[in-house]
Amino acid sequence: MRFLTLLLALTVLMLGCGGGGGATDNPNILRVGNGAEVQDLDPHLVSGVTEHRVLTSLFEGLVDLDAALKPVPGVAESWTVSDDGRVYTFTLRGDAKWSNGNPLTAHDFVYSWQRMLSPALGAEYAYLLHCLKNGRAFNEGKVADPDALGVKALDDHTLEVTLENPTPYFLGMQIHFAWFPVNQKVIETFGAKDERGTRWTRQENFVGNGPFKLAEWRPNEVIRVVRNPYYWDRDNVKLDGIDFYPIDNEQTEERKFRVGDLDITSTVPLYKVKPYQEKHPELIHLDPYLSVYFYRLNTTRAPFTDRRVRRAFSMAVDREELVQNVLKAGERPACFLTPPDTAGYTCTSRVPHDPEGARALLAEAGYPNGEGLPVIEILYNTMESHKLIAETLQRQWKETLGVEVRLMNQDWKVYLSSMNNLDYSVARSGWTADVDDPVNFLECFLSGQGNNRTGFSNAGYDRLINAAYAEADPKARLDLLQRAEAILLDESPVVPLYFPTRRYLMAPAVKGYTPNLLGYLRWKDFYLTR
Amino acid sequence: MTQAIDMAKREAEERGTSLWADAWRRLRRNRLATLGAVVLAVVVIVSVAGPWFTPYAYDEQDTALEAVGPCAAHWLGTDVLGRDLLTRTLHGGRISLLVGIAATAVSLLIGVLYGAIAGFIGGRIDSIMMRLVDILYALPFTIFVIVLMVIFGRNFILMFCAIGAVEWLTMARIVRGQVMSLREKEFIEAATVMGLPRHQILLRHLIPNALGPIIVYATLTVPNVMLLEAFLSFLGLGVQPPMSSWGLLIKEGVETMEEFPWLLIFPSAALSITLFSFNFLGDGLRDALDPRVSRD
Amino acid sequence: MTRYILRRILEFVPVLLAIVTITFFLVRIAPGGPFDAERRPSPQVLRQLEAHYHLDAPLYRQYLDYVAGLFRGDLGPSFKKPSRSVREWILLRLPVSAELGCYGLAVALIIGLAAGVMASLRPNSALDHVPMALAMVGICIPSFVLGPLLVLVFSLWLGWLPVSGWNSAPLDKVLPALTLGAMYAAYVARLTRGGMLEVLSQDFIRTARAKGLGEARVVVKHGLRGGVQPVIAFLGPAAAGLLTGSFVVETIFQVPGLGREFIEAAFNRDYTMIMGTTLVFASLVMVFNLVADIAQAWLDPRIRNA
Repeated sequence: MRFLTLLLALTVLMLGCGGGGGATDNPNILRVGNGAEVQDLDPHLVSGVTEHRVLTSLFEGLVDLDAALKPVPGVAESWTVSDDGRVYTFTLRGDAKWSNGNPLTAHDFVYSWQRMLSPALGAEYAYLLHCLKNGRAFNEGKVADPDALGVKALDDHTLEVTLENPTPYFLGMQIHFAWFPVNQKVIETFGAKDERGTRWTRQENFVGNGPFKLAEWRPNEVIRVVRNPYYWDRDNVKLDGIDFYPIDNEQTEERKFRVGDLDITSTVPLYKVKPYQEKHPELIHLDPYLSVYFYRLNTTRAPFTDRRVRRAFSMAVDREELVQNVLKAGERPACFLTPPDTAGYTCTSRVPHDPEGARALLAEAGYPNGEGLPVIEILYNTMESHKLIAETLQRQWKETLGVEVRLMNQDWKVYLSSMNNLDYSVARSGWTADVDDPVNFLECFLSGQGNNRTGFSNAGYDRLINAAYAEADPKARLDLLQRAEAILLDESPVVPLYFPTRRYLMAPAVKGYTPNLLGYLRWKDFYLTR
Repeated sequence: MTQAIDMAKREAEERGTSLWADAWRRLRRNRLATLGAVVLAVVVIVSVAGPWFTPYAYDEQDTALEAVGPCAAHWLGTDVLGRDLLTRTLHGGRISLLVGIAATAVSLLIGVLYGAIAGFIGGRIDSIMMRLVDILYALPFTIFVIVLMVIFGRNFILMFCAIGAVEWLTMARIVRGQVMSLREKEFIEAATVMGLPRHQILLRHLIPNALGPIIVYATLTVPNVMLLEAFLSFLGLGVQPPMSSWGLLIKEGVETMEEFPWLLIFPSAALSITLFSFNFLGDGLRDALDPRVSRD
Repeated sequence: MTRYILRRILEFVPVLLAIVTITFFLVRIAPGGPFDAERRPSPQVLRQLEAHYHLDAPLYRQYLDYVAGLFRGDLGPSFKKPSRSVREWILLRLPVSAELGCYGLAVALIIGLAAGVMASLRPNSALDHVPMALAMVGICIPSFVLGPLLVLVFSLWLGWLPVSGWNSAPLDKVLPALTLGAMYAAYVARLTRGGMLEVLSQDFIRTARAKGLGEARVVVKHGLRGGVQPVIAFLGPAAAGLLTGSFVVETIFQVPGLGREFIEAAFNRDYTMIMGTTLVFASLVMVFNLVADIAQAWLDPRIRNA
């Protein structure tokens, strides 16, 4: 039959073609597995870790962080801080340039931050810039005049930044894409200042200011960046380029690494951790980072309206077992919320593992041996590891408290919507810091805060956090936060479970990276020995 | 005229009964089909009764033990939480068999009737009915299921509805095609001329004659449905952990196939054995019910 | 026949409109919006975003705007991936999926038809049982198992083929095509066998044989014509599915096709992207069902004349 011949021809075609452009032969190009495809390359419109990894190669903020997360000069070569910690004066380097060779000035930062905060753009990360004077008011449309913002170009190379409150993490925050400068001319060639999704981020139009510049962007295939010849510190950039491969299937990513198609992966499948640890410990990396995995308890729904019940559920959890027997990838049990050593802060209060005490508390609340408790549902978004953890807690709570626990999984958006509407009893959650500061974790649980999602509201807690915002003395500030976290643990709207590790595979040829708590990959430090 | 119809009816009924008796006889004589039926029965009995006899509960964890391969204490090994895989596979079989059989039956019933009616009546009604099928094909299933859950809540019946809603569509198309080509055949024309009522022609002549492809497609639907159940679990519809099903066990097994291959092999084997049996039985049924086969 | 085809094509418009309408309201009922995230955007930002994309207009207004846009060929912006419009995304992804789908279809038909015909010629012999058992294995092994298995054997153990990718290395299309085609091949094989057995037992085949026609001619010319009927009924919608891409295969092998977009859009509640991909899929379903119906009529003189 004729069409069989046609099919045969097609097959031959399929076997014949292929090849073409693709993996490069240049040994000095780093090949990075990067999870999902980026939403965009406009630093003001994106919101994820995958985007962050690509954008830190393409852009640079005023200040960079070194391996020890200490602020070092970026676009600004030096800066001074006023005594009250509210006014920063940056001196920009004279040779700062965009990747198209145009000079980069203080005016570019003013433009960029105004754009980031402009209400019409609707930037999801604009809240990071709320620390600027009038930042929040401008972003919410209450102040219309952009000149009222706390950012001014005194001349081409001097930028004065005024903050609402002394913000100790202000400098460290500058590696976040929300603060990166964008090129006014390029943006406005392809659309309005506050227009989303214009063509300026296409490979042929893109202009950045980072150590690398965009060479190629084939969506869902590769983002290729190469050395930026106009970068001020180009002599210290060691790689010729980086290929970012968006691989959203972690199994595939691991296989690609195994056959040598990748140098760094974005993660490691849960069950591959142990085999790597046993057979190739030099390849697997389990770095602590600023993240916490916890369960939310809905404080507006019985029985969790009762503090004692919440506390009992928290005390009944055997975090050691969870970490040692179930997770097994270097995680640390979480007896408090803020990861240890977040900007020098480690919580001094603890939630003990105390089955006896938990049962006593539960009895005191009117549920001896769990009698009278309704069936408790654990809500989680569908994912293998969340399921394992929920199954473990289901068993632990049943054994310790005698309570009947059911599991309920939902797809991501339904799950978020259930949490936002407080339509759950117990919900799995996680939080990863945007910035290296404990307040980033603790401010989530302010009354009425969008990320609270537990209905928790405590005047004392709110007062302490707000006092910490205004406190200029670093030590006194951390002290206030200690007291706040103690309240949080005592009230237990959340059950901290463990501090995850950032797990990834890295080829031995990759050098120059020092693991840090932010998981910040400073691309210009990387080099390859092959 | 009435007499003629009565006669035709009686004749059809007699023919019907003898058809079924004949089929039964032929089916029993088909060794592979009998084997399929027996194995299927064993699978059903073992899945239903088995979990009561294994020394573990399906959700009994031993996290210190974690995943071990087949051994004396755990014949099929354990999963990553140290749960007995034999018990879990048997327990999962209950769900999968129930879903596989019930949802296939639902889709069979709707699909065959719908397709047969469309094909038999033809014309404008056929056209409208088939366009309706097109519409249902094209709707985004994920969103469809999520919305169903919003409206009806999460329950087991809904799962059958969700599965049934998609699985009958292809069946309807296949049956329609068969019926359309059959209805022009001589014996149908004869029946029409004889004045047999249309529903009689449809049920007694058209559908039985299209049974071959129907049965084949039905046996193909069973595995589809079992795997679809695993996808629905992803959306939160279907079985809830710590319960499991073959589809879910296989899905999880794939992720650990290099580390703990038994977690993939045994549930897959259970699924395969069942499907093979279904298939042999289906083929036997097909042959047995074929009205033209009277060679033996 | 021409009139029939024209009428069917005219039917596309109301059917597609119905699909657009149902999908449009369906996605709005589903909980969660495109901008919900782990880090919840503030109510102000949410309002700004909704204003930016005109999601703050009354629903019927949005619907009318969307349909009006459709007639201009405008599928709207993507909420989740703003760098390109939905139309651009589809134009970028559909060819990839279609190419993979063609290979998958080729694999399915070559293997499936051959196995099915072979099995039907000697029912209940080894020639029947072996290919059919293989087909059953193909059906029992879902693609999310088969894909990783093939990778394990051919890429990791033997090192013959790349692990994943598309146009990035020679032969990187082989495994995705095989994985995609295998299950359909099994279906085709079983349906072909069933259809062929049905046909081969009929009088006209006996007549043909009695007339002394060669067995090959009888089987191919007369048998296959009727025998592939159920295959075609099955392949109509299946082909549409194949060409718009398989989420599972595209994810395992990281093929930048439309199948992933389709599923991801649904999970992201990227409203316009859901609408766009659904529309593409729906159009293909309609076209292929039409093609299948025409093919059925063409292969079966009884329907053709009716």
